[in-house]
Amino acid sequence: MQDIKAIIASRVAKEFRDGDTVNLGIGVPTMAADFIPEGVDIMLQSENGLLGLGPASACGEEQFDLVNAGGAYVTATPGAAFFDSVMSFGIIRGGHVDVTVLGAMEVDETGNLANWCIPDKFVPGMGGAMDLVVGAKKVIIAMQHTNKGKHKLLKKCTLPLTAVGVVHMIITEMGVLEITEEGFFLTEINPDYTIEQIRAATGAEIKVSSSLKDMTV
Amino acid sequence: MKKKIVTAEQAVECIGDGAVIMVGGFASIGTPEELIDALVKKGSKDLTIISCDAGRAGLGVGKLLRNGQVKKLIASHVGLNTEVAYRTPDQPEIYHVEYVLVPQGTLAECIRAAGCGLGGILTPVGLGTAVAEGKETVRVKGKEYLLEEPFSADFALIRGAIADHAGNVIYNMTARNFNTVMATAAEHVILCAEEIVEIGAIDPNHVMTPALFIDSIVGGVKPCRI
Repeated sequence: MQDIKAIIASRVAKEFRDGDTVNLGIGVPTMAADFIPEGVDIMLQSENGLLGLGPASACGEEQFDLVNAGGAYVTATPGAAFFDSVMSFGIIRGGHVDVTVLGAMEVDETGNLANWCIPDKFVPGMGGAMDLVVGAKKVIIAMQHTNKGKHKLLKKCTLPLTAVGVVHMIITEMGVLEITEEGFFLTEINPDYTIEQIRAATGAEIKVSSSLKDMTV
Repeated sequence: MKKKIVTAEQAVECIGDGAVIMVGGFASIGTPEELIDALVKKGSKDLTIISCDAGRAGLGVGKLLRNGQVKKLIASHVGLNTEVAYRTPDQPEIYHVEYVLVPQGTLAECIRAAGCGLGGILTPVGLGTAVAEGKETVRVKGKEYLLEEPFSADFALIRGAIADHAGNVIYNMTARNFNTVMATAAEHVILCAEEIVEIGAIDPNHVMTPALFIDSIVGGVKPCRI
């Protein structure tokens, strides 16, 4: 079986359409940039002030003032633009980002998202996440289906919310789920798992699409 | 014309206890480390810091936190500073700070509001979350927004790449971040820059912060390494 993170990242990349402006969160979402299908040309936005984010810098070729939003040295693509945080969040909040991909601690069946704080334990802050999920046209959560067996897809989030009713799609190593008025809707399944296994790994009801497909990675 | 070039020590001399200070930078890029070092040396206490983040452990704002100089930190993301993200009672300097976490776009726009004379902003970001607690909401054209008030400060400590003697500033790549907007929203703005050039040497087309915002300039700072 492929590495779980690579499965998720490669499926995420299939959601990008030619010409999209995309913001990728830290971790698995960032890996999606390595799997962009041929013929699909997208611009990556980095909320610290860059449109045209390129691959990580080669060792020894770092430019001191050029990092991504995770603080790692990166490159800029030809045609890139730098700007300040006001412009950057104008782009984000103003609806000019087509797709944002983030990780999550919890997502519930109404599309509520929690990914910024575990009270009294780990409080990194929301950073740009609240702005991104409210402003972007499409919000994709890319994450492992459970936290070492503990449910992350829930009937109702228990952690402090990042935003209300914003998630469109969840991509995990087990499959692809969409948020609908009836809750979680399984549209694709990784053939390495059964529907029963996915149900057991989910803390809410799942409706299964009558045209359920194998997950394409 | 007023001479703006000073040393880092001279620049922070005016910062007393209890000051409200904006500090530029994002993930330690574009952070005025030399000015923070001078402020650590001066030892001003009970500071309120407004910054994108908490720097890293012992870097940027992280230096002021470790040194017990901060009473309150208003920031967006503190996860890169592990001492803050996992704060425990055995680090009293950091544990006892009051932390106010603000969505990053709201932070930028509320600083902008203060700098350009607006009474606040209306944003959909934070509705239905802890961020909205105790705040007024306003409906405009059928859509609900959160009313967020402006953020202003006594001082802003910012960092540029090139400045002229008047204080026109150019920033490099992703080091621009919060520096430009913070320059507009504080009573007294201290800039440090890698290179100081003569007035007229910067093409006016390329100026990112006009000189009128800058009160003092510290030159010759080192490139930022993380």
